[in-house]
Amino acid sequence: MRIGIDVGGTNTDAVLMDGRSVLAEVKTPTTPDVTSGIVTVLRTLISDSGVEAGQVQGVMIGTTHFTNAVVEAKRLMPTACIRLGLPATQALPPMVDWPERLREVLGNHHFLCHGGHEFDGREISPLDPDELRRVAVEIGERGIRSVAISSVFSPVNTESEQRAAEIVGHELPDAAISLSHEIGRIGLLERENATIMNACLRDLAVHIVEAFNSALAEFGIEAPVYLSQNDGTLMSVEFAERYPVATFASGPTNSMRGAAFLSGILDCAVVDIGGTTSDVGMLQHGFPREASIAVEIGGVRTNFRMPDVFSFGLGGGSIVREDGELTIGPDSVGYELTERALVFGGSELTATDIAVAAGLAEIGDPDRVASLDRSLVERAVRMIETEIAESVDRMKTSAGDIPVVVVGGGSVLLGDELPGASQLVKPEHFAVANAIGAAIAQIGGEVDRVFSLEQLPREEALAQAKQEATDKAVAAGASRGSVNIVDVEEVPLAYLPSNATRIHVKAVGELELGRETVAQGR
Amino acid sequence: MRKVGEANLDDLSVGAAILGTGGGGNPYIGTLLAKQAIRECGPVELVSVDEVPDDAVVVPSAMMGAPTVMVEKLPRGDEIIRAFKALQEFMGKEITHTVSIEAGGLNSTTPFSVAAHMGIPLVDADGMGRAFPEIQMVTPTMYGVSATPMALADEKGNAAIIETIDNRWTERLARSLTIDMGCTAMIALYGMDGKMLKEAMVPGTIGLAEELGRLIRETRAAHGDPIGAVLGRLNGFRVFTGKIADVARRTETGFARGEAKIEGAGDDAGSTLELRFQNEHLVALRNGEIVVSVPDLIIVLDAETGEPITTEELRYGFRVTVIATPCDSRWRTAAGLELAGPRYFGYDIEYVPVEERFGTAAA
Repeated sequence: MRIGIDVGGTNTDAVLMDGRSVLAEVKTPTTPDVTSGIVTVLRTLISDSGVEAGQVQGVMIGTTHFTNAVVEAKRLMPTACIRLGLPATQALPPMVDWPERLREVLGNHHFLCHGGHEFDGREISPLDPDELRRVAVEIGERGIRSVAISSVFSPVNTESEQRAAEIVGHELPDAAISLSHEIGRIGLLERENATIMNACLRDLAVHIVEAFNSALAEFGIEAPVYLSQNDGTLMSVEFAERYPVATFASGPTNSMRGAAFLSGILDCAVVDIGGTTSDVGMLQHGFPREASIAVEIGGVRTNFRMPDVFSFGLGGGSIVREDGELTIGPDSVGYELTERALVFGGSELTATDIAVAAGLAEIGDPDRVASLDRSLVERAVRMIETEIAESVDRMKTSAGDIPVVVVGGGSVLLGDELPGASQLVKPEHFAVANAIGAAIAQIGGEVDRVFSLEQLPREEALAQAKQEATDKAVAAGASRGSVNIVDVEEVPLAYLPSNATRIHVKAVGELELGRETVAQGR
Repeated sequence: MRKVGEANLDDLSVGAAILGTGGGGNPYIGTLLAKQAIRECGPVELVSVDEVPDDAVVVPSAMMGAPTVMVEKLPRGDEIIRAFKALQEFMGKEITHTVSIEAGGLNSTTPFSVAAHMGIPLVDADGMGRAFPEIQMVTPTMYGVSATPMALADEKGNAAIIETIDNRWTERLARSLTIDMGCTAMIALYGMDGKMLKEAMVPGTIGLAEELGRLIRETRAAHGDPIGAVLGRLNGFRVFTGKIADVARRTETGFARGEAKIEGAGDDAGSTLELRFQNEHLVALRNGEIVVSVPDLIIVLDAETGEPITTEELRYGFRVTVIATPCDSRWRTAAGLELAGPRYFGYDIEYVPVEERFGTAAA
């Protein structure tokens, strides 16, 4: 038995699941202090289901705290970045392309030092322990307790970063150190950016994890706690404390994975209709399709694997106006839906009122929208349908009709059909699909680095990469027998004669949890 | 003459990726470097070829190596200046202008750093009108301009001057040095006077790249058809629209070679287009038959946004429109085709200009 919780910007959703069945679900507003919101959902789950705390074997949490902290530039630690690679890389120092405000919040502390490697693993320059000691002392004198270390080609050779971490850690035993090779892939600036963001979130990560743990302790839940990552897999809280950056964009991933689980459809479009906005993403083999271009978070360029999501300003709270022309959104009554919408006695015509008037949903008091102009209602219904259908079409990768699964609190806006959809599925428990996605997440391992195929035949390189990815998944908690390779990608490094090829492999498996293995959405 | 500032460079890098025909490297790092040089030294003077005196001493500057290494081992910053100065010293005369050797990809922006730091004008021209993978594949080769003396410099402080018997030897020797330097080197080569520049280079291509980027940005903002706008500007043709069904890549003789298969949609439904590339796109085959080949430009654009997609970024599932545009006419001469025609790249076919194949269905 396990609990899935999704802490969003507006709502905190939670589910209690036993195997594949949902025993209880709850949706409450997110509270400023993390603990009390979690306590509220736990209390409801426990009292609704009658399950005892001791029966819970795992708690899986998806959270937007860390993304929001960066976007809002709040609650971030002053952070120093040490980059190893001199004499190379001086032209573009760390944080060179960051928004000024965020750079100032972090203090703009960066140090260029010797070390780093060439594409083929040769040293660019020898690491200089004295230089690193001096830098560490300087960092300590500035009162900084969070350090990001990046090194040129560290995905090819991790040695520089590891040795630097030992030296800096020895001088600054209280500092939290983030290493770039553990966080990102090839592309120094993007990987370093992610590492710095990770480092500056470390205090917040400790705080949030404590809040989660104390909320659970209040109910006597002693089961392990996991956080969901952007690729739909889980990490332990210990890992999350060290790599909070891995939680970025886990929200859309969870709702898509939840949709796959609830509908049983593994290849489809998923529309998550919220209160203000909707997200459309594509599921391939039960996993979200990833974005291909560099993704910016709070104006910082990263190369994370992020789900490819198209967001648009339509939700259950979208305000409907007819002022010559009919418009729906993008402004919304948001979390005030239950006060401001017509069906709740308010004065604002919202998309939800339209759905109720059209007979698509029974929410609030239908009598309050009974006198709405029928033509307006019909045109608004069609407009909502068209906007969603066009957004799905944008994301499609084949011309034919595809299954579309609708989840999220605003799902009531859609009827039974959608142009371009071979079937429109509105699964049970659709409103808490993201919490379900958190509850059923798998655990994964990834390898992404450059192999020289002149030294190692391609088949052996691939086999080695797959083995490493599998081992990483198992080390993270997957049961060995369940691990599958879900992605293999090769990118030869252009212009290189030594057959240098970047191989990326992702392996995922089922989480081994107590006596029972978590049921999967596949 | 006009001043080019930081603000112009974002458009330029998008247009440069179009002229890169899939290769040439992602211009992001190059754009950051150029912006920084302009921030330090002020805007760069961009002059048209007509404004260059016949006796000017013009030396192109560029990055050589693997663009994929460039995103990891960022430059020290002064390599390009050291290469440039080393060549100046070797030549024994003051260099008055610099110019891009390759308007496609990141080398469109590389000479901006040189122009800014040296305080010399940048000529609005390049040696290809696109991107090609090898050093000898430039229009000046057809005019007998020697690539050497050539200077290379790395971030460690190493520099080399090479002299070779012909431009293919320059490619061979410079490639070896570059690999030892860690697969990126900054280079200065193909020195020529202003008179030769006007004859041998492709004029106006930096301005063209900037214009293309601006065209896409403005057309999108006006909810217009960015691909149509690009086709109109380049006298190009819509070759195919569809979704990428398969991408296969491998490394052979130091190059990224591969094929991308695109399944048609809309008017092209039921057909398949196959692209074959060696860093840059070489040929496009519709249902097995070659419909476009080098030296004409084969360009893959995002079917929605018109943004160019490089070969490294090609991925299963992308919705793309493939367009083809005519190359500089000199590439179509016997000498041009010998340097960079389909046969040089191993395709034993007669080259047919893109407008002869698609001419009736004007864009």
